[in-house]
Amino acid sequence: MSGIIQLSPFELSLAALLVIALAVVCRRLRLGVGGKLLWNATRTVIQLSLIGFVLKALFASSSPFWVALMALVMLLGAGREVRARQKNPLRGGWGFGVGLSSMFVSSFAVVVLALTVVVGPEPWYAPRYAIPLLGMLLGNTMNGLSLSLNHLTQNVRQNRAAIETRLALGQTQSEAIDDIRRESVRTGLIPIINSMAAAGLVSLPGMMTGQILAGNQPLDAVKYQILIMFLIAGGTGFGTLAAVWMTSHRLFDDRHRLRMDRLKG
Amino acid sequence: MSRLIIEGLRTVCGGPFSFAVERGECVALSGPSGCGKTLLLRALADLDLAEGAVFLDGTDRNEMPAPQWRRQVGWLSAESSWWADCVGDHFRGQRSGARSQKEPTPAYGHPSEGGDSRSLPLRCPAFAEPSSPGARFAFIRGSDFQCLEKLGFQRDVLEWRVDRLSTGEKQRLALFRLLLNEPKVLLLDEPTAALDASNVWKVEEVIAEYRKSTGAAVVWVSHNPEQIARAADRHLQLWEVA
Repeated sequence: MSGIIQLSPFELSLAALLVIALAVVCRRLRLGVGGKLLWNATRTVIQLSLIGFVLKALFASSSPFWVALMALVMLLGAGREVRARQKNPLRGGWGFGVGLSSMFVSSFAVVVLALTVVVGPEPWYAPRYAIPLLGMLLGNTMNGLSLSLNHLTQNVRQNRAAIETRLALGQTQSEAIDDIRRESVRTGLIPIINSMAAAGLVSLPGMMTGQILAGNQPLDAVKYQILIMFLIAGGTGFGTLAAVWMTSHRLFDDRHRLRMDRLKG
Repeated sequence: MSRLIIEGLRTVCGGPFSFAVERGECVALSGPSGCGKTLLLRALADLDLAEGAVFLDGTDRNEMPAPQWRRQVGWLSAESSWWADCVGDHFRGQRSGARSQKEPTPAYGHPSEGGDSRSLPLRCPAFAEPSSPGARFAFIRGSDFQCLEKLGFQRDVLEWRVDRLSTGEKQRLALFRLLLNEPKVLLLDEPTAALDASNVWKVEEVIAEYRKSTGAAVVWVSHNPEQIARAADRHLQLWEVA
């Protein structure tokens, strides 16, 4: 951490003025997001401050139990978020469960793989590597999942008559929903494909920027960024595939009936 | 044995319904709107959860996979639905034998997108390089084209775009699409509601002919007493019980 310029609360509050100004403008234009903006900005401050303390303690102890607990909390939060971002999620525990299980198999597996095989810190669960990697993966997978699941459920609602016509003509549930399903996976993958295309040309990704600001060599930062991009692509892709397949399966019953009653709203 | 036997079928809206339809028989179904005629037909096609039993030629529907049941007990919705851009795309795979799992179905709104188009046997002229229509529509037989002509279309209708069709044209083409499955039972939900007199006559004739030549049983929802008198052998009325 050589020579990073320390930020004081005063300098942060200057940046906060930007958000407050935006909230005022939003209220004037009656966009209805002013209050939401302020509330969530406050959440950012509180959540990030807390996580700062948590990480400090976690790095000091580096016990596998605390790392696992932290990972679990992050996973549950991401699962909740995926469900909350859908207009019409699956009813009951399914909306939460589908997101949770597909993020578990994709993000967790990818992080463990990266830690044990690619990066190789000692021990492999060293929180300084494990927690930030998992955080970035979960954050991106969560985005991909909520985009694709929202696309799936909205399109099934809109094209209900067409899907049922196809079923009535003797198509299986899989044939009747196949094109919507593929389009949904594609929707979930667009953000990561776009950010891989723009990386370096248009945007300097956040993690790399952070490392450079912290005084690391740009080339080292670049290597980590490439690693992260690939991990995100793998995690998001496989997570989205799993979630879309599980959800579309749940939308039908064993007699290939479209079960709209399993969607909320 | 009756072609279709319904025993104690309950829909969300009513029942229990019990009746039978013989081979080649046409049963008209009428009743005030909202009394559950459509729901009854949907339940017969196994598209909605419903208590009770339905038999086709003595076989319980639960003894076969639902898609196989629906190919034999064909439902025609009151409002037709289309998912690809091109009319002909909706008929591919309807013909058993021409059915192939590997052919991708075109995406909603993007029927010829990406690499899929190479393997698609049917394309709208806007997307297609010239190729012989005969090869592209090989799965549609001569007798099918006769049926198309009786419904008032030429062969080139297969290349038409769905968004250029009128409601009535869609309704007649939806009937053609259903008949390609060669169902043993037709469940028709107001199949002539959007048609003018001459087309109503064409549709009635096609259905009557299909019924005679294949022995299909027909359940026909209609509000028109004259049509019921013309087309049906028997008339069932649904009543709302307070």
